[in-house]
Amino acid sequence: MGDDLFLQINNINKQFINQKVTSDVLTNINLDIKEGEFVSILGPSGCGKSTLLSIVAGLTKPTSGEILLGGNPIKKPGKDRGMVFQEAALFPWMTVEENVMFPLRKEMKKSEAREVAHQYLQMVQLSNYTKHSPHELSGGMQQRVSIARALSMNPKVLLMDEPFGALDEQTRARLHHELEKIWIETKKTILFVTHSISESIKLSDRIIVMGTRPGVVLEDIHVKTPRPRGEHPQAVAKLAEKINGLLKTEIDKVVKEELAYAANN
Amino acid sequence: MQRTIKRIIFFTLLLIIWQAAVKILNVSPALMPAPTDVVKALATGFEDKTLIYDILASFRRLAIGLVIAIIIGFCLGILLAKNKTADETLGTLILALQSVPSIVWLPIAIMWFGLNESSVIFIVILGATLVITINMRIGIKNVPPLYIRAAQTMGSGGLDLFAKVILPASVPYAVTGIRLGWAFAWRALMAGEILSTGPGLGYTLKYASDFGNMSMVIGIMIIIGVIGTIVDLTFFQRIEQNVIRRWGLETSK
Repeated sequence: MGDDLFLQINNINKQFINQKVTSDVLTNINLDIKEGEFVSILGPSGCGKSTLLSIVAGLTKPTSGEILLGGNPIKKPGKDRGMVFQEAALFPWMTVEENVMFPLRKEMKKSEAREVAHQYLQMVQLSNYTKHSPHELSGGMQQRVSIARALSMNPKVLLMDEPFGALDEQTRARLHHELEKIWIETKKTILFVTHSISESIKLSDRIIVMGTRPGVVLEDIHVKTPRPRGEHPQAVAKLAEKINGLLKTEIDKVVKEELAYAANN
Repeated sequence: MQRTIKRIIFFTLLLIIWQAAVKILNVSPALMPAPTDVVKALATGFEDKTLIYDILASFRRLAIGLVIAIIIGFCLGILLAKNKTADETLGTLILALQSVPSIVWLPIAIMWFGLNESSVIFIVILGATLVITINMRIGIKNVPPLYIRAAQTMGSGGLDLFAKVILPASVPYAVTGIRLGWAFAWRALMAGEILSTGPGLGYTLKYASDFGNMSMVIGIMIIIGVIGTIVDLTFFQRIEQNVIRRWGLETSK
């Protein structure tokens, strides 16, 4: 298996049927993602980017097409793909440490699992909060626990569905920095769904820009600007402008469609 | 603290007005005894330990009934939440039965089990099971889908998912169900004991009433109210609030 065939998304189509009306959410999505790549999937709401991620996670079945991870087709959720949702999704009846140990409990002894959990909690700088309850932590801290939990099972791919979307600006900036560090440290392949242009430019090697209704890949942009990107504001601004242009047509399309729909009803 | 002071003043005033009204209007003790008479009756009852035996007997029945109701209620609730056909058929029956006060089952219970403890326990079980079932069902149905999705991405599924995620996530509803179940059970128990046999608080109340001992009747009514309040406030509400806080369900103050 070559490097180029790490995560293959082949001809994915997804239709939702709602009250006998069929709507195309994704049409003909093809992507090859290399091992260790940080890929953002960027698009306006309703472009199906979260659905695509959910299909990669195995939580949603595609109407047609297949996804291969390391050559093996994805049929259902598995520990080779860790997922971080927009909300931290921590279990409130468990402590922070127990939450991170949750995916490990069947494959190792409790003491080992605790050690692994501590190692990853240290990575997200929360080793002082192991015995706390999730509700005692701020939103940003909860999301860091959730990242530690996904990483603790040592997945091949880390899937992130707008993980910082619900956080305030300062917290988000801090977590961007931390995620970049974790990515460099662990060399994980990351698939990162976002609607924020600046977020995608800041973090990714590749930005997949998606258009809406139906969801298609508009452009596959390789970001060549060296990291940290904050030191190259001009290159970042230029790229942002380009993506903005791509998305503007899409957003106009959505608005126009919605107005037409409103006029007809 | 201020709340406690307000309560003490309120109840003291209530007792004074009651005492004064009975004395001034010269009401016959067979109609309405004064608080002092009630205290005297209660003191005698506790001194010869009959009331203590009554309370213990009532609590024993309540405990047996409630434990069985919790077991049945949890099982039925899980069944209704997980099986659509059961929900559409048995679920409707349970809602219908819920609107029938459990005490009306007593005549038939006496036919089945005889005029004894089993009949009363049967009434207690009926009174509590339905509300526990209904809450358990809602609890499982209301588990956030996000928890389930998250658990699935971490390799959990089937029975493991149910035992480790769905059940614990529904604990807040289960606790509310048990608390309501206790309240229903307590009422059913008193009704059952009054109409059935002793020992027990309800039975002694009926016995006192047969002999025109209104001081004892009111004394036992007070005991019933006080026990109900104490158990609810110091036990169930405290557990419920702890669970709500822990499960992050607290609405922002």
